[in-house]
Amino acid sequence: MDLSYTAEEEEFRARLRQWLAKTLPGLPPKPSPDDWPGRRAYDLGWQRTLYDAGYAGLHWPADAGGRGATPTQHLIFLEETEKAGAPYVGANFVGLLHAGPTIAAEGSAEQRARWLPPVLRGQEVWCQGFSEPDAGSDLAALRTRARRDGDDYVVNGSKIWTSHAEVADWCELLVRTDPEAPKHRGISWLAMPMDAPGITVRPLRTLAGSTEFAEVFLDDVRVPVANRVGQENDGWRVTMVTLSFERGTAFVGEVVACRRVLDELAREARKNGRWDDTPLRRRLGRLNAEFRALWRLTQWNVSESQRTGGVPGVGGSVFKLRYSQARQELYDAAAEVLGPEALDLGREWTTDRLSSLSYTIAAGTSQIQRNIVAERILGLPKGR
Amino acid sequence: MDFQLTDDQRALRAGVRELLERRFGRERLRAAVDPPRDAGAESGEGSCVLDRALWRELGEAGFFALRLPEARGGVGLGLPEAVLAFEEAGRVLLPGPLVATHLAAGEVPGAATGECVVAAVDGALVEWLDTADVVRGDVTGAVALRSADPLTPLHRVPRAAPPDPVAALLTAAEQLGSAARTCELAVQHARTREQFGQPIGAFQAVKHLCSEMLVRVELTRAAVYGASVTGDPLDIAAAGLLADEAAERGARDCLQVHGGMGFTWESDVHLHLKRAWSRARRGQGAAAAEEALAEELAAAAAEPGR
Repeated sequence: MDLSYTAEEEEFRARLRQWLAKTLPGLPPKPSPDDWPGRRAYDLGWQRTLYDAGYAGLHWPADAGGRGATPTQHLIFLEETEKAGAPYVGANFVGLLHAGPTIAAEGSAEQRARWLPPVLRGQEVWCQGFSEPDAGSDLAALRTRARRDGDDYVVNGSKIWTSHAEVADWCELLVRTDPEAPKHRGISWLAMPMDAPGITVRPLRTLAGSTEFAEVFLDDVRVPVANRVGQENDGWRVTMVTLSFERGTAFVGEVVACRRVLDELAREARKNGRWDDTPLRRRLGRLNAEFRALWRLTQWNVSESQRTGGVPGVGGSVFKLRYSQARQELYDAAAEVLGPEALDLGREWTTDRLSSLSYTIAAGTSQIQRNIVAERILGLPKGR
Repeated sequence: MDFQLTDDQRALRAGVRELLERRFGRERLRAAVDPPRDAGAESGEGSCVLDRALWRELGEAGFFALRLPEARGGVGLGLPEAVLAFEEAGRVLLPGPLVATHLAAGEVPGAATGECVVAAVDGALVEWLDTADVVRGDVTGAVALRSADPLTPLHRVPRAAPPDPVAALLTAAEQLGSAARTCELAVQHARTREQFGQPIGAFQAVKHLCSEMLVRVELTRAAVYGASVTGDPLDIAAAGLLADEAAERGARDCLQVHGGMGFTWESDVHLHLKRAWSRARRGQGAAAAEEALAEELAAAAAEPGR
C-alpha cells in the first residue's frame, strides 16, 4: 500500500498545475445554464484547449488517439483541474467517458478513425440513447426497433433522459434488432447522426428548473449498418462495457469538488454564526470523514484498475452507492448552514441541492446498484 | 501511487488468518464464551479466561512485536501490516488486551513475546484489568462493570487517558474485521436459508441489507488502510468513525438477516455487536473525532487558496 506518487507523476502534476495557472485566466466567461449553443461552444472550446496542450483523452489508449496515461495520471488530472476550478467536461461527457472508450474497445479500425478524433479535438458532441420511457432501470426492456433495409437500419421508437441531445452530433443508440430474442439478446449498439431525418428532440424541464435533458423521438430514422459497433444482437455486452466506464470514472473530480464545498460550508458557517451550533458542526465533521474515505476509495479503485489494467469493475457500484448518498447529505447540511437562504435559488448550493437528488437515480438507481453488488460481488441468488 | 496490498502484505494477512483459524476457530470462541461451570468461578473475572498459551503463540508469530525494529528483536514492519493483523483478530473476535500489549512491545519486558499481558486505560475504560500482568495508566478508583461483552472484562476509571492515535487505528482495524465478518455471515445465511420456496437472499429487502453492509465495509477498509499509510491523526479519526459505524450496523443488520436465530445466544452475531460496542467506547469517542474533523475544515476555510 503506497499513497505516494512517483517522481514522474509528481512532475506531471507540477506541469499540469503550471499550465492550468497560465491557461484558466484566459478562458471566456461561462455561459448561462440554459444557453445550450453557448454551453456547447464553451465545452468544445475547453476540449480543444486541452487537445492543443496534449491533455485530451488522457485515459484513452494511445492507439485510439489518447495519451495512454496511467489511471493514476488520470486521477491527478481530474484532481488538479477540479482544484484549479477548470471547466467541467460538460457536453463532452458522453463522447469522452462513454461512447469514445466503447468505440476504442469494440469498434473497427474505420469506426475508430471516423469517430474518435473529433471527440478528442472538441469537434463533435455525443449523447446517450439508452433509456426509454418504459425501460428506465430495466434498461434491457428497451423497445426502440431497428429493422434492416438494405445497407441501413430503419429505427422507430423513443428515448428519454438524453443529456445534450439538443446540441449533439451523434447518439450512442441502443436498438432492438431481434424482437424474438430473449430480452438481453437481440440488442445492437448504433452510432446515430443527430441530423438524420425523422429525429425530434423535446427538452425536459427538471425539478431544478433547468433543461438538462430531453426526450428523443425516432420516426423511420435511417442509420447505416456500417454504424453498428460490435456484432448485430451483441449490443448488450457492448453496453456493459459502456456502463462500466460510466460507473468507474465519472465521479473522481466531483469528490474533490465536494471536499472544497465542505471547506466553503465551514467558512460560511463561521461567518453567519451557524458554526456555534454543535450538532451542525459535528455533522460537518462527519461529512469530512465521509469524503476523506470516499477519496481513499477512489484511490483504491483507481490503483486496482491500474493493476488489472482494464475496464473498471463493479467496485464502481460500491462507490456510487455511498457517494450519491453522501452528496445529498452534503447539500442538506449546506441548507442547514444557509438557514432561510437555503430557499434562495440565487444561491449555488440551493440549485446544487436540487441537482443532487438525481444522483441516487441517474446511471442506475441505488436499488439497481444494490442488486448489482448483491448478485455480482456477494453472489446472492437472482430474484424474480 | 499503488494503493493495493503488496504480495508480502497478502502473505502476512494469510498467515495471521491461518494461525487464528487453527488456534481460535469457532469452537474455541464458543468455549471461551461458555466455559465449563467451575472454570469461570476460579478466574475472578466471571467467565473470561485469557488463553495464555495462545497469547505466547501470537507473540512468537510476531503479532505484538510487528512494529518493533529488528535491531530490538521485532519484526520491523509498519502500521499497514499491524492494521492487517488486527483486522484478522477482529474477524475472529480474538479476546484479550491486544492493542495495549502491542503498544507495550519494546517498553514493557515480555510484552513483545506475549509472555507478559499488558492492559491499559483507553478512554474511560480498562479491559482485562484483573488478568493483566502490567497495567498502564492511572487505574486508581477503578470499578468493575458487569461487562455486556462476554469476552471483554471491563473496569471503569474516573480519569480517562489521553487518546492514542495508534490505539485508535488498531481498534478501527478490529472493527473493520468484525464488519467484514458479519457481512460474510449474513451473506452465507441469506444464500442457504430458504423461505417461501427460495433462498432469502433472492429477496431484494435482504439483498439490499447485505449490499449496504458491503458498501460500509469497503469504504471503511479504504479509510483504515489509508490512515495506516499516512498515520495522520485526522485520517485516523475519520477511519474510526466509519469503522465504528460499519461494525455496529454490520452486526445489527447481520442479526436482522438471521431472523429469530440471530436473537439467540448460540448465534455469534451478538458477540460481534457487543464487542463492536465495547471497542467504540475506546479512545476519544465520536464527538471528539467529529469536532476535530470539523476544526480542520474551519482551519482550511481560514487559509485561502487551499
